Order: sequence, then C-alpha cells, then structure tokens
Amino acid sequence: MRTVNSLIGSPIERLEDLRFLRGRGQYVDDLARKDMLHAAILRSSVAHGRIRSIAVAAARALPGVHSVITAKDIGNRVPRVPMRLQPLPDFEPFGQPVIAETKVRYVGEAIAVVLAETAAIAEDALGLIEVEIEPLPAVADRRASAQDASLLFEDKGTNLAIKFRAVRGDAAAAFADAPYVRRESFRTQRHMALPLEPRGLLAEWDAARGRLTLSGGAKVLFFNRRTLAKQMGLPESAIEIVENDVGGGFGARGEFYPEDFLIPFAARHTGRPVKWTEDRREHLMCVNHAREAECDVEIACKRDGTILALRGHAYVDVGAYMRTNGAVGARNVAQFMSGPYRIPHIDVDVALQLTNKTPVGTYRGPGRFETDFFRERLLDMVAQDLGLDRVEFRRRNLVSQREMPYQIATITPFESKDEFDSGDYQTTLDRCLDEIKWTEKSKLAGKLIDGRYHGLALGCFIEGGAAGPKESARIVLEPDGLYSVYVGSSAIGQGLETAFAQIAADALEVTIDRIRGVFHGSTCYVDDGYGAYHSRSVVMGGSAMLDAAKNLREAIRAQAAQRLGCQPSEVEIVEGSKAVGPGGKSIALNGLSSEGISAEGAFLNKKHTYTYGAHAAHVAVDAKLGHVELVDYVVVEDCGRIINPLTVHGQAIGSVVQGLGGAMMEHLVYDQEGQLLTGSLADYLIPTASDFPNIRAIVMGDHPSPINPLGAKGAGEGGIIAAGGVMANAVANALSAFGAQPRELPLTPTRVWELAQAPRK
Amino acid sequence: MEPRLTLADCLRHHLRLTGTHVGCEHGVCGACTVIVDGAAVRSCLMLAVQAEGAEVVTVEGLSNDADLTPLQKSFRRHHALQCGFCTPGMITTAHALLSEEPDCDAARVREVLSGNLCRCTGYIPIVEAVLDARAAYQPKGRDRSGDRA
Repeated sequence: MRTVNSLIGSPIERLEDLRFLRGRGQYVDDLARKDMLHAAILRSSVAHGRIRSIAVAAARALPGVHSVITAKDIGNRVPRVPMRLQPLPDFEPFGQPVIAETKVRYVGEAIAVVLAETAAIAEDALGLIEVEIEPLPAVADRRASAQDASLLFEDKGTNLAIKFRAVRGDAAAAFADAPYVRRESFRTQRHMALPLEPRGLLAEWDAARGRLTLSGGAKVLFFNRRTLAKQMGLPESAIEIVENDVGGGFGARGEFYPEDFLIPFAARHTGRPVKWTEDRREHLMCVNHAREAECDVEIACKRDGTILALRGHAYVDVGAYMRTNGAVGARNVAQFMSGPYRIPHIDVDVALQLTNKTPVGTYRGPGRFETDFFRERLLDMVAQDLGLDRVEFRRRNLVSQREMPYQIATITPFESKDEFDSGDYQTTLDRCLDEIKWTEKSKLAGKLIDGRYHGLALGCFIEGGAAGPKESARIVLEPDGLYSVYVGSSAIGQGLETAFAQIAADALEVTIDRIRGVFHGSTCYVDDGYGAYHSRSVVMGGSAMLDAAKNLREAIRAQAAQRLGCQPSEVEIVEGSKAVGPGGKSIALNGLSSEGISAEGAFLNKKHTYTYGAHAAHVAVDAKLGHVELVDYVVVEDCGRIINPLTVHGQAIGSVVQGLGGAMMEHLVYDQEGQLLTGSLADYLIPTASDFPNIRAIVMGDHPSPINPLGAKGAGEGGIIAAGGVMANAVANALSAFGAQPRELPLTPTRVWELAQAPRK
Repeated sequence: MEPRLTLADCLRHHLRLTGTHVGCEHGVCGACTVIVDGAAVRSCLMLAVQAEGAEVVTVEGLSNDADLTPLQKSFRRHHALQCGFCTPGMITTAHALLSEEPDCDAARVREVLSGNLCRCTGYIPIVEAVLDARAAYQPKGRDRSGDRA
C-alpha cells in the first residue's frame, strides 16, 4: 500500500471535526477580553428618510454606558463601503456610508453605536436614543425605482445604478430571420445566504504601538484590511485581521460591512477592546440580500430545436447601496443566461435598480440560480411549443467537448470576456438521466396517482470558479521535521484544512500526520491573500500550495547539499523525512535546520474553471393543498480533479437543499413602505430535516481543468444553481393537465395551489 | 446573576462553556440546545435562574479528551457537519433522542431534528449519522460494545 501521494482523491475524514464535534471550535463570539466593551447598534426603522436629529444624552447617561458614536463622531467624511468586485466609477456615488449621515435608505441602516460594559446594557441604551427622521416616499420595488419619482440619491437624478449588457454575435439579425420565437417574463424572489453563525467582531487597539487586531474576519481578509487601513488612516502593516472558525459563508459572510469599520473605530475611540455580535433580526436586515431579479426574454429557434439566439432585458433590485460584490449577481444574470448551451447570438441587458431595501451581494451561485430558472423554464416551454422531447432539445444545444474552450457572451461596460475551459456536458446529463431512471419515470409524468400529480424535470448548469488574480501559500519544515502549511485562502466551513492537508502532504510526499496544521485566512500567515469566493479556495490556494511545496523541496535540497557536501541536484528527499546524497549518505530532516526552512509559492490566474452538470427531480403535487413532495432528486456534476470525495459530496447535497429552500420557501418579504416583514426565523423559512429527505449527488472527476496544475475546478455551487428551474419545471410537468406554467419563485403551497386552479384540460 | 440572563448566555459568557452556540435567540435554530434533567431544551429560551438545582449537560459534557464518542464518530464518518456551528445542538438533541429511543427510525430522527437548523449539510448525512449511532445506545446486554456516548 502506498503511504504517500495517495491522499488527493481519498475520502479522508475531516481534521476540523475533532474540535467541532466536542464543542471546541472557536468562533468569534467565543472570544472574550479583559476590560472589553460590548457594542450594540441602533438601526433605522424607516426605509427612506432624512435624519433631522439624533439625541443620545439619555443613552450616554445610563449607568454602564461608556459612549455613543454617531456620524458626527467619525470625522470629516464618513467612509464608504467600497466595491470589491467591478469597482467601476459609475458605482461610486452609490456607496454606503458606514453610518447614516443625512439620510437613511433602508430599514436596518446603522445610525448609532452604543458601547457599554455588558451587551445587555448596550441594548438597553438603544431604547434611550431619540432619532427624528423625516420620512420620504419609499422605493419598494424595481418598477417604482425605474420611475425615478422618489430618488435615493437626489444628486444623481436616477435610481438606475448601471446597466450591463451581454453580447455575442448579432442577435437582431438572428431574430429577423428566425422561424420560431417565444417571449416570456420570469421572476425570482429576494432571499439570502443565512449562514447559521451570526456575524461578530472583536477589535483591539494597541495605542502604544498604533496597532489594530480585528478578530472575526472571513472570506476576504486581505481586501478588508486594505479597506480598513485606508479608512482608519493606518498602514496595512499596522492591522491584523484574524480568521476564527466561521459558521458558514455562502458568499455573504466576510464581505466588508459597515460594522467592519465601526467596531475597529470604536476600539480606537474608546481605547478598550470592543466586541459586537449581531442578533438574527439584525442579520436578516443587514447582511447582503440576493436573488431579486426579473426578465423579459425572447428566444429564437429553428423548428428542429436548434437555438439561434437569445435576447431581452433583465432587472435586478440591488437595494439601497452598491457595496463590495453587489454587481456580481446582476452581471451573472446577463452573462450566464445562456448556461451550458450553444447560443450563437445573444443580446441581454440588465438594469441594476436601487430600492429602499437591504443592499445585495453574492449568494452561492450568484445570478446563476436566477438565470437558470429563467432559461430552463423557457426551454421547457419551447420544447412543448415545438413538440420536441425535453432531453433531446437540451442535448442538441449543449456545448460539445470539441468546441472547448468555448467563448461566452462578453459583458460591457467592463469588457469581461470569458470561456468554458473543458468538459463533456453530455456525460453528466446521461448519468443524471440514468440515475433518476428517466425513461421509466417518464410514464408517470402528469399522471394522477394516489391523489397526487407526478412530475419529472431536468436542467443543466455550469458553475464558475477559480477567480484570480492570485493566491499565496507558504510551507515551513519545522525543526521537529513536521510541516506547517499557510495559505491565503479562507475557511468558511467547507473543510479547507483537510483538503489542504491532503494537497500539501501529497506534494511533499509525506503522510498526512506529518502536516502539523493548515493555517489559513488570517493576514499574518502570507503576504498577500485573496480568500474564499467564486469557488476559488482549493483551485487557487491548492495550486499555490503545489508551487510552495516544490520551492520548499528545492530549499531542503540546497540546505542538505551543504551538509552532505554535494550538489543540490544530487540530493533526494525520501518520504519527506530524510535527505539522501551520493553514496547513500543521508541526513534526517528534523535535524536539518534549527530555525526551520520556509518556502513560499503562488498561483496567478486570469481564466476561470467551469464545473458543470445536470439535475433531475421527481415530484408529487397535491393539487388541493399545493404541497410538493420531492420524491427523488439527483444532481450529477463534474468538478475536475476531486481532492476529497467525502466533502465534495457533502457540498453538493447541502447546496441542493439550499437551492430547494430558494425554490420552495425562502422569501424576504417587504411591504410598500420598505418594511421587512420576515425579520425572524419564524417568518423567514429555510429547509429543515423533514423537508427534503430524498436527494442524491454523484460527483465525477473525469475532466480535470487544463488551466491549473491541480486540475481542480470549483465545487460547492453546482447543487444550488439548477434547483429553482428544475423544481419549477417538475411542478409544471406534474400540473400539465392544468396548463400550469410557473413564472415566479418560490413555489409556496399558495402559489402551487393557484397554478392548479385552471380548468383541467 | 441577573434574573434576565438566559441559560445560553450564562453557559457561554459566565461559565465560558462556549460549545453551546447561539444562532437566533428566539428558539427556532436549535444551536443552543442543551440537556436539562434529561430533556433537550433551548438554552436561549430558558433563564439561568430557572436551571437552579437542575442537571445541565452541554456538548462539553458529552465529550472527552481521549477519543470521540460513538455518536461523534458517526457524525465524522458520515460527514454530518461542515461549518460546525449547528453541530453541538445536533449532538445534544441526538443524544437526548437516542437515550430515550434507541430504536427510533429515520422518520422519527427527522421529526426530532427538524427543530435544529443546519445551513451546510442538507441534513441527509446528519440523519444517517444519528441512525448509525443507535447501536451505541442499546441497553447493556443487547449491545455488545456497551459503549455509550
């Protein structure tokens, strides 16, 4: 049995589990410091208004309250939350002040920060602050936003933040000659990532040294440090951001939020450590929302089902401000509307409309979940119109392996070009159909069996990964002969320590127990890190790790050569434990250097990986109750070289269930005054253990990515992307007797019941 | 101790037993579940003063340094946790269930666990892990390993 080079591809049980299962994880709220103050934040209860006055004297006078911070205390100009991705000048006027200055623009916007000896006193004091806000008409949806009758930013004269356009070929010409055209409108609802751990921060200011330590960082700590350094007028080297255990990310956790300035500022302001932990209500109204998109879209086809062109308009409700990654979802709605299909001519624009609601950001499969629902619904409608088999119609139009790399639509204004890297999209579709027993189950489609209508559907997806520009890693051979591994990628609960231990151990040709630990995320571990988003951690960090391992082995050879009195090229490292020179003379690595030997590595990349696959669902619908039972659900994806099949499989299943939440129940509901009506977990429903027991995931690794040395592609988002479209198509298929055509999510019992109210055909 | 202090905050911030997690503070997510006199309860919905004289078992009390317990091993084997935040509540809930009903079936496990939210795993591996751990909870004599969590 091999003892080395056998870890990648093995279902290794996770290293992280040993602490998590015993309650020994360390999340940011688990931290405490002597003399620590607790922060609580007063938030706007008005969606849109002008601040007339903020009276804090009574709150300041409450025993136990140390101080109260408002915009006035911050300085000349209140810092803005920057755009991390697509930092176009167009967005700058719509940046969010870290604390409300003159206006409030959504319910939940920070107005004042109370610092007190206990969290309870801080919360008590919030009730003693008197805020006078002159209400302005709330812009509650994208239609009202487009009318520009009430403006979020009066100076700009418009609520339109920007319009992106995705173009390929000549759609106008293709539509002019098309034998068949169908136009449809679809909508997906506002929902959110909702990681189970609420956000938290602990800031410590060392006045003597002028240094700040911020615990509670996640996802993109190095970007956040650059941002915070600018905002606080500190050199980056004076700030350390620490990544503790993180209770889920899904795109939302770890972006730079207003509190990421306010809490460090409060620590410097008071000279004491300051801790803040949000409650769930704050989380629901302050953490990035996502997915509220609509489209009017047209497709042109030949009668044989060859897709010719796609064009139309999409609209994304981006909430009150453009912050960090708030444009990504909208960009993806336009750029990936074509999905994994060969559509030669595309012209889709998307309007980013500001409203008086919580700002949006990415949520696992950003824009892709929305646009997959639009497209896969449309494809089923077209197949029905043209009398084509749903599977064959898709098969005919999937991008084929010989077309790789395949150029997709280019996004303007920032000329974002992209191409699919590799893969055979037919194979995942075939496997998915086999697994769900498509042919056999097709006989049930639309049938009333035991009081319920059965439906079957499928959909195909692609998932982007490997965002550049770079990732860094460092490996240290410790004096005791063990290896410490450092990486700029971040852990958000996805099992990164285990995956990186596997990658490093194989690259160093040692067993996994020789890896002392995987240290990730925090700004002190590598010079320049890029974090965890766009399914990039393993692809980018893992590739950097290979480079670091190569460099470390060279450094070990060089050092050993000196000791052995030979050339480095003559030294062989055996099982990562000894260096052997000419004539069998050897030296143990644990005695090689008293300081340890360190080597860095990096991976630079401008291209993206594309994981792909197919989903299929079998549902049984009670037309009288609107209840949808998921009888069977299969996801098949190929994510290139698999590092750990156990964790990839777990990612796929978990991702599907999140997607089913978005398809069936999750909805952040606002009224016309811009009030969030779903401010608790009793109102905002997410899947529970009893909702979706029947889900299977098959993860294949048959087509390694050609664009990175690891051959890996991103994983973790494929399960969520197709879920909305597939479930809607399954319900449409079940209720075909009623001519049901879902055009909107979520498929709540009420909506499904409504779909079954038409007279039966 | 202030009368308004919740049992969850008492455990976490006064006794520094931070294995018990707080995810919602309104009794929905189940992350704060502990075992009070044998019953799984939400420590965010109970005041610390109400626990006077009661036996409170947290995830720390269901763990030891030497090795993972059979229930914990089963969670690990089935990859029934990702971010780990809901995990202590899942472990305490499952332990209370299996202690009372070592022969429960999948439907019963799902019903009981439906009071604990997990955003990572999709629940399927958690249900499998709990079912697989049933053997360790069989009364002595029926289970040859006799090893309880």
